[in-house]
Amino acid sequence: MQTLIFRTATPFLTCLMLMFSVFVLLRGHNEPGGGFTGGLIAASAFAIHGIAFGVPAVRRALYFHPMAIAGFGLFASAVAGLPSLLFGMPFLTGLWSAPSLFGMSVDLSTVMVFDIGVYLVVVGSFTSIALALEDREHD
Amino acid sequence: MIAGPIAAADWLVIAPVLLPIVAGAVLLMIRHNVRWHALLALVVLAAMAGTNGLLLRMVLDKGPVSMTMGSWLPPFGISFTVDALGAAFSLTASIVALVCCAYSVRDVDATGRRYGFYPFLMLMMAGVSGAFLTGDMFNLYVWFEVFLISSFGLLILGSEKAQIDGATKYAILNLVGTTLFLIATGYLYGTFGTLNMADLATKAGQIGEAAPLMTLATLYLLAFSMKAAAFPLNFWLPASYHTPPVITGALFGGLLTKVGIYALLRTLVMIFAAERLVLAGVIGWVAVATMLIGALGALAQSDIRRIAGFLVISGVGIMLAGIALGSSGGLSGAIFYALHSMLALSALYLLGGLMRQRGGSFSLHRLSGLYGASPILAGLAFIVSLAVAGLPPGSGLWPKVMLVRAALDVGAWQIAAAILLSGFLATIALGRVFILAFWRVEVSGDQTTTAGALSALGCTALVVLVLAMLAMGIAPEPFIRIATTAASGLLDASAYVHAVFPAGIGS
Repeated sequence: MQTLIFRTATPFLTCLMLMFSVFVLLRGHNEPGGGFTGGLIAASAFAIHGIAFGVPAVRRALYFHPMAIAGFGLFASAVAGLPSLLFGMPFLTGLWSAPSLFGMSVDLSTVMVFDIGVYLVVVGSFTSIALALEDREHD
Repeated sequence: MIAGPIAAADWLVIAPVLLPIVAGAVLLMIRHNVRWHALLALVVLAAMAGTNGLLLRMVLDKGPVSMTMGSWLPPFGISFTVDALGAAFSLTASIVALVCCAYSVRDVDATGRRYGFYPFLMLMMAGVSGAFLTGDMFNLYVWFEVFLISSFGLLILGSEKAQIDGATKYAILNLVGTTLFLIATGYLYGTFGTLNMADLATKAGQIGEAAPLMTLATLYLLAFSMKAAAFPLNFWLPASYHTPPVITGALFGGLLTKVGIYALLRTLVMIFAAERLVLAGVIGWVAVATMLIGALGALAQSDIRRIAGFLVISGVGIMLAGIALGSSGGLSGAIFYALHSMLALSALYLLGGLMRQRGGSFSLHRLSGLYGASPILAGLAFIVSLAVAGLPPGSGLWPKVMLVRAALDVGAWQIAAAILLSGFLATIALGRVFILAFWRVEVSGDQTTTAGALSALGCTALVVLVLAMLAMGIAPEPFIRIATTAASGLLDASAYVHAVFPAGIGS
């Protein structure tokens, strides 16, 4: 799309949406949000970028193929369930640790790895669909 | 809230699902390195078969096992609960998938691999094993969706016009089926406030007239019959299963309809036992119609893949007959038949693929003189035909004997007659294939077909299936024992419930 306003605004929008998607992802453990919602926001950011600058630009910026990103997400989610094997707990049991970083305690958990995996699955698959649809417009 | 530590052996419950998911994810990441796909898929399917074997042994030794994800307590967490039924189905499915995967190494070309044949295969197997092993109604729905979406992918691999046409029919009918399944599950949750199968099996008996259980049971019957391709909802199967590569047909024909049968066994026999009794007459006639329509359809076709498609339907009718009878003998017969049918129908599709390799066509109008060209293939075809038709020494005989006896015990003569008649018709249909493709003197003239040599790997794959079927047919006792254990586990769910709730429900 060749509108000047749209092309000027899009980089800012994309950045904002990507940052917001990470915020939604991380806040999602105890509040509304999470991997799925965050992933959808990130995928729409890539879709907007594709409308403004063309699909090749997005593919270059992503570097990895969207389906590979989705595959990595699925892998991360599945593997996040495995550490509980070592502790004699059922699959996917949440394990927490709160290391101290610069005087602040940071909550890390396998649940978070799972949620990041979901985020990547959604980003990968929806970006893949969106880019495939945008590709077809020029045929 | 947190349950105590569990033994590492309990992880066998989840391993057959986890392995293909992780493998599918890795294959998605290395999508363009197609050289590694087949090897990784074979290794993972072999590992799946191994873990399924260990799981079946554990279940036969110790009774049903259960694991609830994330240390939540059932019925709030999602439980994977495995009894002899689930483990036996899952084991057979993984063996069939392993054999089909070995066959596919030569059959799926580079384009098919780049489009993701192996990732789809892995995710489909994750869905199929998940459906067999889960102990939660909504989770069953999720696994249905997983294998359905992967099967859409497999079905349109290659994007030919006939494939898109077949896939549309397949997709629409199956989406309607799963939507009904979802509606029924929502209704179920509204009624019982739980989705855990063990919990449901207990509460369905107690709730009595206070809830519309008949509606629920009928909805599930409709949804799963659609998935299993029972009459009159069977037309999508022959319209779609012959369009993709033969290996996809083998996987679908062998495994997917059995998931529908498995779900029917789980819901109608274990959970809605009283309602099944009321529906038994309807299911019985549906079974009779499915058997005969399938066998007659097979007689009318000239494409081997279409014949196999109709024989899949006929087999579904035979399994439904066992569900209609509902007795221990009938259910064991149906379960044994399902195990046999996974092997036999996949073998029939693979046979079609090999006949095409040697004779250059799937059509009985073109195929001829294969007996002279390849006596080994003729021998394999003979045994596969016997097994599918239910004649000795193939594996189809004993489950049919069990079913006919169970039917005659309760005076259900129409079911017994239909089983025998459909077996007779299937024999004629397969005999026709044998006479035309193998015994007929080579028809010369039409040289448009491209005949070639048989692939050794493909032959080995078929030989493995044939040996398994012969083992089932000649030494059926261990299989009958597994089927009987599985059936008694369905009829008396107390061991299943105890595996999920060791301390009893509500404590």
